[in-house]
Amino acid sequence: MEEKKNISQQAVPPAEGAREHGGEYLVEVENLVKWFPIKSSFFRLTIGNVRAVDGISFKIRRGQTMGLVGESGCGKSTAGRTMLRLLEPTSGEVYFDGQPLSALSRQELRKLRPRMQIVFQDPYSSLSPRLPVGEIIGEAVREHKIVPREEYDDYISRVMRACGLPEYYKDRYPHEFSGGQRQRICIARALALNPDFIVCDEPVSALDVSIQAQIINLLKRLQKDFGFTYLFISHDLSVVEHISDTVGVMYLGSMVEYTGTEKIFSHPLHPYTEALFSAIPVPDPDVKINRIILKGSLPSPANPPHGCKFHTRCEKCMEVCKYAVPEWTEVEPEHWCACHLYDSPQQKAAAEAAMEEAKAKGISEDGPQETL
Amino acid sequence: MSEHKNSSYISAKESRKITRFNRRVTKKLEREREAAGHDPSLYTTVMKDPNNVVEFDNVCTYFFSDNGVVKAVDGVNFSVPKCSTVGVVGESGCGKSVTSLSLMQLLQRPSGQTVGGQIRFNLGDGTAYDIVKTPTSKMQEIRGNKISMIFQEPMTSLNPVFRIGNQVDEVIKLHNPQMSDEDVKARTLEMLDMVGIANREGVYRMYPHELSGGMRQRIMIAIALACSPTLIIADEPTTALDVTIQAQILDLLQGLKDKLNSSIMLITHDLGVVAGMADYVVVMYAGRVVEKGTADDIFHHPMHPYTIGLMRSKPVVGRKVDELYSIPGSVPNPVNMPDYCYFRDRCELTCDRCKGLYPPEIKISDTHIVSCYRYYEDGEVLGQPKSVNVEEL
Repeated sequence: MEEKKNISQQAVPPAEGAREHGGEYLVEVENLVKWFPIKSSFFRLTIGNVRAVDGISFKIRRGQTMGLVGESGCGKSTAGRTMLRLLEPTSGEVYFDGQPLSALSRQELRKLRPRMQIVFQDPYSSLSPRLPVGEIIGEAVREHKIVPREEYDDYISRVMRACGLPEYYKDRYPHEFSGGQRQRICIARALALNPDFIVCDEPVSALDVSIQAQIINLLKRLQKDFGFTYLFISHDLSVVEHISDTVGVMYLGSMVEYTGTEKIFSHPLHPYTEALFSAIPVPDPDVKINRIILKGSLPSPANPPHGCKFHTRCEKCMEVCKYAVPEWTEVEPEHWCACHLYDSPQQKAAAEAAMEEAKAKGISEDGPQETL
Repeated sequence: MSEHKNSSYISAKESRKITRFNRRVTKKLEREREAAGHDPSLYTTVMKDPNNVVEFDNVCTYFFSDNGVVKAVDGVNFSVPKCSTVGVVGESGCGKSVTSLSLMQLLQRPSGQTVGGQIRFNLGDGTAYDIVKTPTSKMQEIRGNKISMIFQEPMTSLNPVFRIGNQVDEVIKLHNPQMSDEDVKARTLEMLDMVGIANREGVYRMYPHELSGGMRQRIMIAIALACSPTLIIADEPTTALDVTIQAQILDLLQGLKDKLNSSIMLITHDLGVVAGMADYVVVMYAGRVVEKGTADDIFHHPMHPYTIGLMRSKPVVGRKVDELYSIPGSVPNPVNMPDYCYFRDRCELTCDRCKGLYPPEIKISDTHIVSCYRYYEDGEVLGQPKSVNVEEL
């Protein structure tokens, strides 16, 4: 498979003039925004926006895994899909191997597609029931001419073996398989194109514990053998801790914290991260952790609170949090966080100025509240 | 049936044979149930230990399906003591939900039948009902009143066309017909308050779709606790919820349990949730209990290879391993269960004895019981789980 990788890379030479990106990082996300318009029933006017992803930035190193965690509805999956341009971003830029994705035409994007793949959450609905397994895995291989025609059959068998699927499954249909086997087929489908980057959108959430372990081990082994870069989206924090090198925490469309896995689990900075991690159930009856129980539920992303989005549920909420949006800053080396608790003196001054301004404008203190 | 034991293929002739057999057996069982319903002496018994709320004694629940008899629960033995939480753990399809449905008599009849054993439910006055034989009219007095259930999916278990208030009122009214409408409403509001809903008057008039998942699960809990039941069955109450909401709901359940002096039977596949909540843990595999004991026994001294495998296959925050353990193979076909240990083909710790029949229950300590031949010499042998021979029915 290794020589094939070179072919696909030659097909898409990195664009010139984008040299400051790429290099050490395979994927760089800058201020990515995705809003979904809310249309009125009358005249189809846009009356508001659901801010699914509201300005996130991070970089993923080659051959590493980034975990993306957060509650449901915080925009993790939308972020993953927008990064691959499966959804058109509203603004912001994604650099894939130094190339800005938003500037690419359809043809150029199509050439790049084999290099970035996605594994979806639900293995029951993401496989076509009408295609045999060999065709599901091989369709894109043929379409993108990854291998010459005479090697095609061999190649599919090799891919299937790498994912722990016996060759004779080729002619079977998805309904004959259990959830774990189906997820292997989904992984094989992504793997067959020799990608560099795979977005795993909750690949193990729908599976049983023992099957989960098999799939996680498979993903890790494939990464070791082929050097893939993963974006691992999940709400299961223990799985994320196991598989990731870096972890990003999202809340209501914004990234609140991003750093190495060990750092974020040993001393989280943002109060939301702290609360989230304290809620992880530990399989040991003697461990009585001090749970920080968050009050209420996620506010509506169509009408997020003013200032820091988390202030309505935050234990350490200060006056300034209600008015000024915290800046995304590198608090410690390689440790980004967006929280007023870690403001530098200049930022503090700026935030207080913003607060005065907002107060003068008469934005109500509470901001828009959730309905309950 | 025996010719095709190792393939899923069923010929038309066999299929007809199975259908005929199923019809005969289910009809007979239904008739027997009806006959038992007229005579209270047939379904009233006494508890073995009056401190238990429920005792499962060799319960066998089979499904008479078109592919053959599926032994979903096959000789399950455990009990739920008063004011405690029992966690039932296992993978999907191991029979943990069917166990709870048998207790509620909510099985899909006539294909699903409890064919053997006793489920003794303590009425609190020295007598007990054998739920297996209790007629539906008596069950209706128990369901929702003495035993109530919180289901897995709060999204689908509330009726979308009725207001929240209506749905909570209904339970209270049904079990307390003498209560006036004002009292019922007052009680509903009290319940909503108890489960931590701030805007209770508003929520009383809302429809389920207006609430988030966590809120809907709170309503389900309010409905379940409206009549102060002695046993709450929580069937994967937090699986569909986020971690932060999960922490809220578990906290709430634990608090309410102490307030109402109820017991909880917590059914889940998440070992972390069980460790935080349960006093006793029951581990199920392929329709049988493989290990049971206190939370301390199970989490600190797990004995059955399946329990050990299950614990090692789940990543734990703060414990670094290169590769997760994964249990090889998969669950045996539920229609043709082998007569030896169900876990033998996936087990890495087999010994010579494992070639024999299904292992008996072995008592390691007063609280800890395991079904595995590896501990045959270490404890008192209690006897095998009894299976019902369907051909004799």
